[in-house]
Amino acid sequence: MNKFLAWIDERLPVSNFVKNHLSQYYAPKNFNFFYYFGALAIFIFILQIVTGIFLTINYKPDAASAFASVEFIMRDVEWGWLIRYLHSTGASFFFIVIYLHMFRALLYGSFKNPRELLWIFGMIIFVLLMAESFMGYLLPWGQMSYWGAQVIISLFGAIPYFGEALATWIRGDYVISDATLNRFFAFHVIALPLLLFALIYLHLAALHTVGSNNPDGIEIKNNKDSDGIPKDGIPFHPYYTVKDTFGLSVFLVIFAFVVFFIPEFGGFFLEKDNFIPANPLQTPEHIMPVWYFTPFYAILRAIPDKLGGVTVMGLSIFILFIMPWIDRCPVKSFRYRSNTYKILLSLFAISFIGLGYIGMSAPTPILTWVGRLFTLIYFGFFIVLYFTSANEKTKDIPERVKMDE
Amino acid sequence: MTESNKSLNRRNFLTNLTKVMGGVGGIFAVIPFLSTMLPSEKAKSGGAPIEIDVSGLKPGAFKVVEWRGKPVWVVRRTAEMINNTQEDNNILSDPKSLEEHQPKYTQNKFRSLNPEYLVLLGVCTHLGCSPLYKPNSKTAELGFDWKGGFFCPCHGSKFDLSGRVHKGMPAPYNLEVPPYYFVSESRIIVGKDGESA
Repeated sequence: MNKFLAWIDERLPVSNFVKNHLSQYYAPKNFNFFYYFGALAIFIFILQIVTGIFLTINYKPDAASAFASVEFIMRDVEWGWLIRYLHSTGASFFFIVIYLHMFRALLYGSFKNPRELLWIFGMIIFVLLMAESFMGYLLPWGQMSYWGAQVIISLFGAIPYFGEALATWIRGDYVISDATLNRFFAFHVIALPLLLFALIYLHLAALHTVGSNNPDGIEIKNNKDSDGIPKDGIPFHPYYTVKDTFGLSVFLVIFAFVVFFIPEFGGFFLEKDNFIPANPLQTPEHIMPVWYFTPFYAILRAIPDKLGGVTVMGLSIFILFIMPWIDRCPVKSFRYRSNTYKILLSLFAISFIGLGYIGMSAPTPILTWVGRLFTLIYFGFFIVLYFTSANEKTKDIPERVKMDE
Repeated sequence: MTESNKSLNRRNFLTNLTKVMGGVGGIFAVIPFLSTMLPSEKAKSGGAPIEIDVSGLKPGAFKVVEWRGKPVWVVRRTAEMINNTQEDNNILSDPKSLEEHQPKYTQNKFRSLNPEYLVLLGVCTHLGCSPLYKPNSKTAELGFDWKGGFFCPCHGSKFDLSGRVHKGMPAPYNLEVPPYYFVSESRIIVGKDGESA
């Protein structure tokens, strides 16, 4: 066996790779609950790829037969219901995990120098993931699939001069049709997964170049022992592989519960109207996107102007990309930052959840005004932070990381 | 300038020229790929006019038919409805239909050839949902002074019974009127201008 490994290593340094990235890759020893979600996101990505492959075996990307082929998978294919529920539940859990993963970065300042590029790769993954899930949602060809796609593609039509032509080019027709379904299938199963794979690779490569941040926001590489090993670092394997396996087990218990008992999640993961085949002549009474898009959808609705709404919604995502240059405070973790930051971040989190709720509800005048208030808070977070973070009063940062008692 | 410098300059020039030519070629190579995503010839030719029979339509009733994959509405307005569309002009953003989202022959206060029959493209001018026909429901969502019209469930845009958008709505302009004409009292051709137009 050793001889075989040596033979391989001479041709491809596998042992070195394992050493550099697992057994002798030193991660901060104080990772807490929030540090499960990166590994969980990778697990879900793999789960989506595998379940996706098995779904395409029976799915038909054709407007005339798509809806029926999904029902065929659900009723007639052996275990087809399980594969499909794993895939649909996986999509929602992907966003739960990613939102917590991103919130972790805001809590502990993980997007700051030297991790700006890591953050930007992560943001690109987030945008690609939104495109991936949006296109996947058209494939069952139900009412929500159809009208959701109609709304989102029409967003491009708001762009002056060439917007309508662009929307027609995306649809491949003047309305959402078979042409649209067929190309969304191609993007959903080939183009975007490949791009996501490449971006996840870059995200991890950037992570392993600069090393992980941690709940104290201290660079462990600044404090090494005589062997050049960070004093606050522990090898990723076995320590964090075991921790992540434990986290995955807990995650799978919750995940399996949803898959087996409440896969539609009361209309949040699979919307009720999507069990009706697409009808181009009738919009459902209460149309809303899947829950993970609702915060941005509420921002779109808050602006009483077509181009304005689309611009502000785009801005609400773009502004996150430049977060490393908005937050100018050198202290990373909220633990050692001022109350101003803690209040701002809390308001931001509340406005995000509030917008999510409003995006799910019918557009009454009162809720529209509350939506406008939350939109103001959402953007206010970034603007106020830009000014307060430059001269923020921070606490003393400890020399070494602290372990949670 | 030495001999070696000259040859180096020449080599740099040739390298840059190759990069530029390769880049231009690359851009041209992208065109066929992106063009496959445009509407096909089949999709382009799928827009023939249709005929709608409105003889069975009772006063106040509403009918949807498909034209070019989009919903076309016909509403047979009652005298009261026609009357309602003339009041409260100050809540509408373009009461006189000055913006051109209708054929010239429907640019009047009823936005129709015959005030009794309203023909509209049932696609919200905001993001393309199909608004709902709400002739007389007074709810919190619509307001208790609702005089009838159309309501978009997607983003809450309101339109009056002539398809004119209310002020301060996400929809930027009035619902579009497709080209149409009456072949007889109760038959409408949608998708084509009449002879008189």
